Amino acid sequence: MKNNIIIWMVAGLVAFAVSALAQDNNCLTCHQDFEDEDGPAHKIVRDIHYQKGLLCNDCHGGDPTLEDMDDVRNSKGYHGVPSHFEVPKFCASCHSNARYMHEHNPSLPTDQFDKYKTSKHGQLLFGKKDTKVANCVSCHSVHEIGDAKMPHSSTHPLNVAKTCGKCHADPDYMAEYNIPTTQVQDYLESVHGKALNEDHDLGAPTCNDCHGNHGAAPPGVGSLAAVCGNCHAFQAELFNRSPHKEAFVENDFPMCETCHSNHNIKKPTDEMVGAEEPAVCVRCHESGDGTKGLETAAAMAESIKELVSVRDEAKAVLANAQQKGMMTTDEEFALKDVEQILIQTRTLVHSFNKDEVVVKAKEGLEKAKIVEEKSTSLIDEYFFRRKGLIISSLFITILAIGLYFKIRKLK
Amino acid sequence: MAKKKTSRRGFLEFILGGSAVATLGSIVYPIVKYITPPKVAEAKLSQLKLSFTREDIAAEPKKAKYFKYGRELGIIFITEDGEMKALSATCTHLDCTVQHRPDLGIIWCACHNGRYDHDGKNISGPPPRPLFQFDINEVDGTIFVSKKEVS
Amino acid sequence: MSTNNSQNDSFVTRAYQWVNERYKIDALVDYMSHKAVPIHKHSAFYYLGGISLFLFIVQVVTGILLLMYYRPGADSAYESVQFIISTVSFGWLVRAVHSWSANLMILAAFLHMFTVFFTYAYRRPRELTWLSGMGLLGLAMAFGFSGYLLPWNELAYFATRVGTGMAGALPVIGDELLVIMRGGEEVTGATIGRFFGLHVAILPGLFTVLLSVHLIFVQRQGMSEPIEWTEKPESEKKYQKFFPNFLLKDLLVWLIVLNILAVLAVLFPDGIGVMHWPLGVKADPFAPPPAVIRPEWYFMFAFQALKFLPAHILFIEGELFGIIVFSIGGLIWALIPFFDRKSHTGKKPKLVFWFGVLVVVFIIVMTILGYILE
Repeated sequence: MKNNIIIWMVAGLVAFAVSALAQDNNCLTCHQDFEDEDGPAHKIVRDIHYQKGLLCNDCHGGDPTLEDMDDVRNSKGYHGVPSHFEVPKFCASCHSNARYMHEHNPSLPTDQFDKYKTSKHGQLLFGKKDTKVANCVSCHSVHEIGDAKMPHSSTHPLNVAKTCGKCHADPDYMAEYNIPTTQVQDYLESVHGKALNEDHDLGAPTCNDCHGNHGAAPPGVGSLAAVCGNCHAFQAELFNRSPHKEAFVENDFPMCETCHSNHNIKKPTDEMVGAEEPAVCVRCHESGDGTKGLETAAAMAESIKELVSVRDEAKAVLANAQQKGMMTTDEEFALKDVEQILIQTRTLVHSFNKDEVVVKAKEGLEKAKIVEEKSTSLIDEYFFRRKGLIISSLFITILAIGLYFKIRKLK
Repeated sequence: MAKKKTSRRGFLEFILGGSAVATLGSIVYPIVKYITPPKVAEAKLSQLKLSFTREDIAAEPKKAKYFKYGRELGIIFITEDGEMKALSATCTHLDCTVQHRPDLGIIWCACHNGRYDHDGKNISGPPPRPLFQFDINEVDGTIFVSKKEVS
Repeated sequence: MSTNNSQNDSFVTRAYQWVNERYKIDALVDYMSHKAVPIHKHSAFYYLGGISLFLFIVQVVTGILLLMYYRPGADSAYESVQFIISTVSFGWLVRAVHSWSANLMILAAFLHMFTVFFTYAYRRPRELTWLSGMGLLGLAMAFGFSGYLLPWNELAYFATRVGTGMAGALPVIGDELLVIMRGGEEVTGATIGRFFGLHVAILPGLFTVLLSVHLIFVQRQGMSEPIEWTEKPESEKKYQKFFPNFLLKDLLVWLIVLNILAVLAVLFPDGIGVMHWPLGVKADPFAPPPAVIRPEWYFMFAFQALKFLPAHILFIEGELFGIIVFSIGGLIWALIPFFDRKSHTGKKPKLVFWFGVLVVVFIIVMTILGYILE
């Protein structure tokens, strides 16, 4: 009974609030009526600003309590749709206002506008008055602006490639800028694109993780190792103390990209290292070029190849033992260790120092051989069990037959 | 005739006796083998006794050592404050083995620069989940690790 | 001549005489050799009890062996079973034989029961033999249920949670019983302790006493003769000596069973089909239950029947209704010798026969459905 009263009270309050809201925002009442399902007045309910309590007039101005549209247009502060050129400043009026933003979302940065001005987009917009370049709403959408953590948001990691691709993958649109338009397709085929879009590994990078977002620009040649090193920290560390670092700087080579390319970065293979095609080393090195390049490459390739083949052998024997139903928990565990060492060995290639690679590979070789030996003995054990069964079963059968004749004799 | 009969009977007795002994043997042999203690005399328990001490960990350059817990790999390390902690050593991102970085005060995965704090919480980089934390019990210098028993 | 003979006596004969002088076994042998076992077209049924007994002996031996390495407790049970399988020599064999033998023992006991039922061998004067047999079957199933949990793996954990949960559905005592069985509200390490004690101490004790009673009854009364023999003249009845003829045949059957057991244990150490006990992963109370929670095959018919019942039947919970029906059915089954007042006169009791058919069909259909519908 008591509960019922409370429910009615709450329902009454909600009804009151809804009617009050409707009176305050006549914009939606009319605009939702004559707009399609994907019109701004419908989209806006998914927008983070609307959800946080901002109404149409907070951006577009005007008096929302008026009922006639013409009256609204003429009312105080109405400024309708901002032009493409005006948008960044328009958004910045709140988003760069640290005091204002603090009241609504203290954790949100307020430097987007400054960064935007440094970006390629911002430079073209403000420098050349080029209104084809992206402004805030090109990426964030107009009335469906969402937090990057929300799945429907155009800035959610899974949607970023599509968002950038709206312009950057359109050859006609990009024609006058003279830059490639295959980046998105290349990225989607890359190890990063697959990890993100196919495995939904949100740790994998998308466009903005390397190019920045508000300050979007191609990473400079010099900063490439740092950009990749954000995630591939150990590789970057090894590379930076390798002889390649200096040589690449001197020759203006784009660091990681020199061997791994940029957007279409494929999962590295062991064939990439070596003294012969298709190894990438031979692109620069040749025999007798005065460096130890090819010698090192050959030695590193040989070590990795050997470790892989011994690992594969051990794995096959282990799989055989497993398939025979033997307990292989310890061996599986030891094999994991070998896999770790193989990863480390491959990573050590970035030191371009054959000794480091060879020593690590040896460590893995020894462990892999132990796994193989143990797995082999498990297989032996399997056959021992069957032989034992045959022998014991034979004994029992003979005894049973003997007993049978003994019983027949009793009569 | 009679002699033949006895020899046939003797043969049957021989077969019976022989195979009875052999059958008994094939039952007793596994049993004797079974009760012979194996090299490791008892099962490893969830409460794992480590073969090294706090001093051994402190002597490591990275102030950390790895241990095997069932099917899992664990890492035990000493923080700046001298506190000993143990975590699962398998990164939650792509299964690489993590390491202690006393210089950064974090647990670090070299594969994609994943970072965890000393309690295993993923603090930056790609790891989607925290590392599992083990309970540590130090008795007279012997370290025991166990999985948190939630009940 | 006689002295010569006594010198030639084998060691066995002399040992026998030595014991006989002191304990008068002659009387026992005499008693046994006068005992006769009827020969007829269903004589083979007489071996089923012996097979169950043999498998029980195997259970005792392998069970004692497992006890040497098994350590009860949430943090040691799984690890110790894993240790037995992977590290202890022939540990895999001992566990495989124990598991196979357990399943085959229940199977043999079930067959023993049904053959006794349909030959009306329970009839007067063997009412108590039947009753003690029912008790043994109940204990054997309790052995199976309690032993299933002991490896503390995922499979066992969830099956036990469901199984003990059913006991919790009982009226009045249900909640109390559940807590007593689990050693708390949930299935935990405390439950292992209880099930372990039950499995290796309480049940073996009760079983041994009841088994002795059952065997003494059988020895005192001898084998039941077919109901058709009631009217037959003595001259048409055929018998064989219990000792040594029948006993040796029993031994022969045991050897065959032993051989089958060895083959199954070596070729399928983790079992196969509906008798399957892979160790798998350790029980984790917080892990989601596996897609298929399956009781052991001999509980499947009850499990499935309870699943079929609607939530409520006549104002009581469906599950409770099922348990009540099963209890009444089981009680009638156990007391059948007292309901059946016809068969000892040599007439076949039709009603009892059809009741038996109903029970067998029900068990078979429910078991099959249980495996098909999962």
